[in-house]
Amino acid sequence: MPDTASVLPKVVDFSREFELLVKAYEQSGGVPEALRDNRVGSLAVHGNRVLGANAVEGLHLHTEQTPTGVRVEVRVEPGVRIARPVHLCFGLLPEEGIQEIHSVFDIGEGAEVSFIAHCTFPNALRVQHVMDASITVRRAAKMVYQETHYHGEQSGTLVMPKTRAVVEAGAVLQNEFKLVKGTVGKLDLDFEAQVAEKGVCEVAAKVYGKKRDEIVVRESLRLTGAGARGLAKSRIAVTDAARSEVLGEIVGEGPYSRGHVDCVEVIRGNEAFASAVPRLIVRHDTAKLTHEAAIGSVDKKQVETLMARGLTEEEAADVIVSGMLR
Amino acid sequence: MRLCLENLDVAVNGHAILRSVNLTVRKGEIHSILGVNGTGKSSLAYTIMGLEGYRVTSGRILFEGEDITSLPVWERARRGITLAWQEPARFEGLTVRQYLALSRRSAANGLPPEEALLRVGLEPRRYLDRTVDQSLSGGERKRVELASVLAMMPKLVILDEPDSGIDALSIGFITDAIRTFARFGASVLLITHQEEVASVADRSSTMCNGTILKTGDPAEVARFFRLHCRACDHVNEPDEEVSPNA
Repeated sequence: MPDTASVLPKVVDFSREFELLVKAYEQSGGVPEALRDNRVGSLAVHGNRVLGANAVEGLHLHTEQTPTGVRVEVRVEPGVRIARPVHLCFGLLPEEGIQEIHSVFDIGEGAEVSFIAHCTFPNALRVQHVMDASITVRRAAKMVYQETHYHGEQSGTLVMPKTRAVVEAGAVLQNEFKLVKGTVGKLDLDFEAQVAEKGVCEVAAKVYGKKRDEIVVRESLRLTGAGARGLAKSRIAVTDAARSEVLGEIVGEGPYSRGHVDCVEVIRGNEAFASAVPRLIVRHDTAKLTHEAAIGSVDKKQVETLMARGLTEEEAADVIVSGMLR
Repeated sequence: MRLCLENLDVAVNGHAILRSVNLTVRKGEIHSILGVNGTGKSSLAYTIMGLEGYRVTSGRILFEGEDITSLPVWERARRGITLAWQEPARFEGLTVRQYLALSRRSAANGLPPEEALLRVGLEPRRYLDRTVDQSLSGGERKRVELASVLAMMPKLVILDEPDSGIDALSIGFITDAIRTFARFGASVLLITHQEEVASVADRSSTMCNGTILKTGDPAEVARFFRLHCRACDHVNEPDEEVSPNA
């Protein structure tokens, strides 16, 4: 694949399409200036077209158009610390369509980088969005990846983010997926990571399901190395007739590996449905895994505390859920 | 009279926990409640605040002359009553700044968040952007709770053991905060075991077996408490052993 940064100008602007995407990106919480700033690594993709790309020193972006999306390779050179977060924008503005993003992240030994990704589908009536990511965080490197979605109010999207990650010795991967604005339709989140000696992987999903949304979150961590650590966290709220199913799994194989599954699901209304299945497997007698799961209505004491400050029960519940999903 | 409890009987899950409670709290008065564990002090606090499950089976609660017995918690709060819990709730994702701002939302005279924090001995720069979750220690959370009440500056503050879990060096901030409420004309119903904290009260009552045994001068009530009160068998199960006017 050609290096995008070398074959495209600093910002490739298909003018109106780019501006419309940027507007939607802002609506989903993105910072438009970041996509126009040459000092900031960025990538903007609408459907299967790369509308903007900017690589910075030590960061390489390679893109290739496919019939239904884009293949992306992101590589950070060993030992390089990318000072500013790299901004990624993926979206599809029409009511119908498919976007498939196949991405490979290779974070070099000792490097450090963070990504702020926004995926926006504001008009989706029948949209399929597939994110298939392969991540390698090499020895002693650190990668932070935050992905925020916005899907309008039509519940017309099928979102399938799938990640397979390898966290090498002493490396850190923090991955957060957030979908709290608008309604998604169907979400099938599938995250798996393998963590080597003294590596750390923290994965978090924050989702607000509304109307008839169907949410499946699967987070699986395999702690293979000695002293590897993992946290699989999920914060889900469901209302109306939305359904959620969370599977948090950690396998402790390495000596003294430590893992924790932390799941909170809040259900509002009688038609919503929530379930949680934590699964812990230990394969070494010094490994230790724990889990906590709380499912049900908003915590009564929290609600009463805010009501004692003058908020109605509904207002109090909104504040609590917003905080949990922040 | 700011608060008047008249012959209040209260049940939880059909089980009587308060009986024939008569109590008045004046405007600007600090009124402490003494009693051994399980005598109904916290239940009294929750009943006045109107928490779910504390059912008034007879009697009534008057606030500034209005019968509020059947009002929900938030309506009592908007009339100027609030409660600081002994073990305050923690909130994921809510900063101290946001928490104090929520308290101040329905308050006309509440203190700004910075000043409220300073009054309880917390440096605003260090605390405003922290989250009101498990990252705060027990003592810090209690002080943030007190600050949130200062940010609201209600007419009646119910403090359920504001001193528990607070280190000895910081107790002074708690008593200062209590005095601040009174200076602003608020009344304080103070539940405490610490005599140093109770010493700020204008009047005291002692509770036993779900009812008020004695009300009067704080020193006198404290002496009565020391002489007569002990842990007993009828915790939360009122019976006929105790005469309310002993």
